[in-house]
Amino acid sequence: MFGLFETGFASFTWGNGVMLVIGGVLLYLGIVKKMEPLLLVPIGFGVLLINLPLGGLMETIVEGRIVEAYAIGGEPAGLLSRIFHYGLVWEIVPCLIFLGLGAMTDFGPVIANPRTLILGAGAQFGVYAAFFIALAIGFNIDQAASIGIIGGADGPTTIFLTNRLAPSLIGATAVSAYTYMAMVPIIQPPIIKALTTKKERTIYMKPQLRPVSKLEKILFPIIGAIIIILLVPKSAPLIGMFTLGNLLKESGVTDRLASTAATALIDILTILLGISVGAFMSAASFLRAETLMIFGLGIAAFAASTFFGVILAKLMNLFLKEKINPMIGAAGVSAVPMAARVVQRMGQQENPRNFLLMHAMGPNIAGVIGTATAAGIFLGMLG
Amino acid sequence: MAQEIIEVPITGKILSVNVKAGDQVAEGDVICVLESMKMENPILAPVGGTIGQVSVSANQVVSPGETITTIDY
Repeated sequence: MFGLFETGFASFTWGNGVMLVIGGVLLYLGIVKKMEPLLLVPIGFGVLLINLPLGGLMETIVEGRIVEAYAIGGEPAGLLSRIFHYGLVWEIVPCLIFLGLGAMTDFGPVIANPRTLILGAGAQFGVYAAFFIALAIGFNIDQAASIGIIGGADGPTTIFLTNRLAPSLIGATAVSAYTYMAMVPIIQPPIIKALTTKKERTIYMKPQLRPVSKLEKILFPIIGAIIIILLVPKSAPLIGMFTLGNLLKESGVTDRLASTAATALIDILTILLGISVGAFMSAASFLRAETLMIFGLGIAAFAASTFFGVILAKLMNLFLKEKINPMIGAAGVSAVPMAARVVQRMGQQENPRNFLLMHAMGPNIAGVIGTATAAGIFLGMLG
Repeated sequence: MAQEIIEVPITGKILSVNVKAGDQVAEGDVICVLESMKMENPILAPVGGTIGQVSVSANQVVSPGETITTIDY
C-alpha cells in the first residue's frame, strides 16, 4: 500500500526543516554570492538530499541491520555512504585533491622569496591556539586537534585529520573549514586592519620577484617532499601527493597528467567530496551544541591564524632593511588563492601602486604546506 | 610635467583595456584587467593625469616589466 506513511513527509522533522534552510543558505552563498561555488553548491545540495527522509543515501549496514545514517564500522549501503566511506574514510579523495592542487600550484613565489615560508608557518599558530582553547572547554585531545586544524583553512587537510582522530566530527569540521574558506574575504580584512596602521598597509613592495629557473622548480617538490616527510612522516599522504602533482606540472614531460590532475580529476573529486560532506550534515548529526561550538572555535582558529600571520610579518619588519607589507602575513592561512586575493585587493585599495599578489602567494602556498605539516604533527603525536 | 610609467607586474593575459590615449584618469581608476593565476586583477592608476600611448590590447599575453601605458600628471 502506497500512502502517506511510505512517503518522506511522515518522517520529516523540524530538524530536517532547519537543515533544508542551512542547505539553502549554502546554495545561496554559492550561486548568488559566488562564494566558492565549486564547493558550496555540491555541499549545499548534499545537505538538501540527506535531509529528505527515507532516501537511504547514507544507509549503513550494522550487524545485519540497516541504519539510516552513516555508522563508523558498518558496511556502507547507500550511494553517498559508499562515496563517503571509500572516498573520505579511506582518505583517497582528500589526498588526490592535494595531487590536483599541487598540479595547479606555482612554487615560484616561495622559491624566489623563501622568507615567505616563515609567514606560512607563523599562521599555523592559530591552529595550536584553537587546539588549546578546545581542550580547555572540554573537547578531548583528538577532537581538539581536529577543531584546531580548521584554523589552517584547508578543507582536505581538515577532513584527513578529523577522519583519523575524531571521525564523528567530520561533518562539522569539514563544513566549518569550507565555510570559512569561502568567507575569507569577509573575515580577514577587519582583522588585518585592526592589526596594522594605514602607513604599514601602504608599504610598497616591488612587484617583480627574481626569475626562478626550471631546474629550481623541478627540484623544489622533490627536495621539499624528502625534507618534510622525513621531518613529519605522517604528513606523507598529503605532502607526497601535493609535491607529486607539482612535479607533474613542472617536469615539462607529463603535461597531460598535470592537466588531468588540475582539471578533470580535481573537478570529479570536488563533486564527490562536496556532496559527501553535505551528506554528513543530517539533522541528527549536525543540530547539536557540539557542532555550534565547533563552528565558533573554527572561526576563532581562523581569526587567530590571520592574527599570528600579520603579527609575524610585523615582527619580521623589525629586522628587515627592505620592509614587507605586513598584510601578506594574513595570506599564511592556506586558503589558496582566496587569502592572497584579499591581500592583493586591500593592498591596491590602500596604495594603487601596490601589486602584492605574488608576494602574498608565497605565504599562501607555504600555508598549504604548513597546515598539512601541522596535521602530520598532530597525527604523529596522537594518531 | 611628470610622467608615470605603468608596467605589467606579473605574467598574464590582458582581459580588457579600460582607457585610451588622451583619457583623463583619477588615482585608483582601472587602466586594464590582467588575468593571472586564474584571477582577474585590475591594474590601477597610481596617480591622476592624462593617459599616453597604450601599448597593450585585450587577449595579449604580457610579461613583467612590459609597459602598459604612461600617465602624464
